[in-house]
Amino acid sequence: MIDKKDVEYAAGLAQLKLDEEEKEKYTEQIGEILDYVDKLSELDTDDVVPTAYTVPMKNVLRKDEVQESLPREKSLANAPDEKDGQFRAPKIMSD
Amino acid sequence: MNIYDLTIHELKDKIAAGELTPAEIKKAYAARINDVEDRVKSYITVTDELADQGLAEYEKKKDELLAGIPIAVKDNMSTDGIKTSCASKMLENYKPPYDATAVEKLSEAGAVIMGKTNMDEFAMGSSTENSAFFNTHNPWNLNHAPGGSSGGSAAAVAAGECAAALGSDTGGSIRQPAAYCGVVGLKPTYGMVSRYGLVAFASSLDQIGPITKDVEDSAIMMNVIAGHDPKDSTSIEGKKEDYTEYLKEDVSGMKIGIPEEYFNLDFDKEVKDSVMSAVEKLKDAGAEVETVHMTDASYALAAYYVIAPAEASSNLARYDGVRYGLRSEHASDVSEMFTNTRHEGFGDEVKRRIMIGTYALSSGYYDAYYLKAQKVRTLIKDDFDRIFNDFDLIITPTAPTTAIELGSKSDPLEMYYTDIFTVPINIAGVPAMSVPCGFDSNQMPIGLQLIGPHFGEGKIIQAAYTLEKLLNIKDKRAEL
Repeated sequence: MIDKKDVEYAAGLAQLKLDEEEKEKYTEQIGEILDYVDKLSELDTDDVVPTAYTVPMKNVLRKDEVQESLPREKSLANAPDEKDGQFRAPKIMSD
Repeated sequence: MNIYDLTIHELKDKIAAGELTPAEIKKAYAARINDVEDRVKSYITVTDELADQGLAEYEKKKDELLAGIPIAVKDNMSTDGIKTSCASKMLENYKPPYDATAVEKLSEAGAVIMGKTNMDEFAMGSSTENSAFFNTHNPWNLNHAPGGSSGGSAAAVAAGECAAALGSDTGGSIRQPAAYCGVVGLKPTYGMVSRYGLVAFASSLDQIGPITKDVEDSAIMMNVIAGHDPKDSTSIEGKKEDYTEYLKEDVSGMKIGIPEEYFNLDFDKEVKDSVMSAVEKLKDAGAEVETVHMTDASYALAAYYVIAPAEASSNLARYDGVRYGLRSEHASDVSEMFTNTRHEGFGDEVKRRIMIGTYALSSGYYDAYYLKAQKVRTLIKDDFDRIFNDFDLIITPTAPTTAIELGSKSDPLEMYYTDIFTVPINIAGVPAMSVPCGFDSNQMPIGLQLIGPHFGEGKIIQAAYTLEKLLNIKDKRAEL
């Protein structure tokens, strides 16, 4: 139902690193789950509108007024690496 | 009864009568935790300072609903400055810079917060065995699971390690552990309790709710935590009630539907007999009980195992090692930082669900999986709406069996099946409560699920309160 290529593809999109053993294991397990999920095709949904949320509201907005924000020190408090009031991470652009 | 066996309302009565002080209550619960925690292991963090803070504020808050009452909080709800790990290595050292609204409401109500409870990692699981740290043990039989994902909260309530607790429910994670642990668990209507500060798993399904020793306590907790929150745009305005008004012993004329398709599924005979016997009692008390026909629950389970992982794959994309949580020390560039961090930080089940979700949302598969599941979701919601046009409540078992043995389910699908009766409720967004209705031949608790229409918490509470009186088992406690 799903092969290792598909698992590698999904893992790539999801930024997950898997070793060979994990790829085998997940291919089998995810395959079984997707097989079960296939039963959805037994139901006729041709004219059915999809439901994203079960609450009856739309366009929940607030007034465009400035309110309290999280102070910078608090925002940085859990940073694995911080410098000059900023989060520091490995460079993204290559040389 | 021991102080740690008392309910919120019993403790409040004793405080009012001058028989107990909040300090004595806190001491009793702290001693109980010391006594049983090495066997039950409900708590990831016992929060002594926070509890003492609550106690210190008693005089100021003594008229509030939970003044002096020890409450536990599932470890996926943000507590300002206090570790909130979601039972994951990813957030093992994470301290939120703010309180979840539900936690803030507990504090405002005078609660004495005892600690953060164990759970399945990121709320993904049905036995709390997916916690990255340790298993929690069912107080009724320590070799059995407490259920999940709010297993720590349910076990803490059942073991007398708190008077009540908050759990969260995405596919059954309050109700199923409540059933396994012989306590009351309520998942409110989607939108009734703010999700602000609840670490998101599946945003259209997650709800916070109370886990308590009895139905009256559940109503009290709802009065504290329910209500609109401008910080949660999916929270609903104008629907909150005084839930204690429904604490009436009266089901006369209440129409209860028993869905044939649910009861025809393969599940434990003792559970079935216990639930049907409880239904008979409601009938004898004046309820009108009829068989109804609903879409087979396994379609809801299938839809759930597309929708929940899909939403999870999006919600868990934020764990990238940049701003908080784990950052891998074995990364030589930014790409490795992402992939190594997520490899080291996430457990098996989390990775599995992220991958299913990513796949279901990816180009070429979105229509066949995610969109299809969203359409089936409409069918399921409409199905419930249709029944509730003519009926007040629907009753089903909460779980297909009593608490499973620890280590007994290695197949993910088998574990997912334990949520077969609870999942449809989240898909439809309706409220549901699990109440204890008996015990099996091994003295393990059995739970009955009462499902109501949107905003039907009141009817649920009334029927559950009545059932509780009829069954008269609510004072039974696990022997530890």
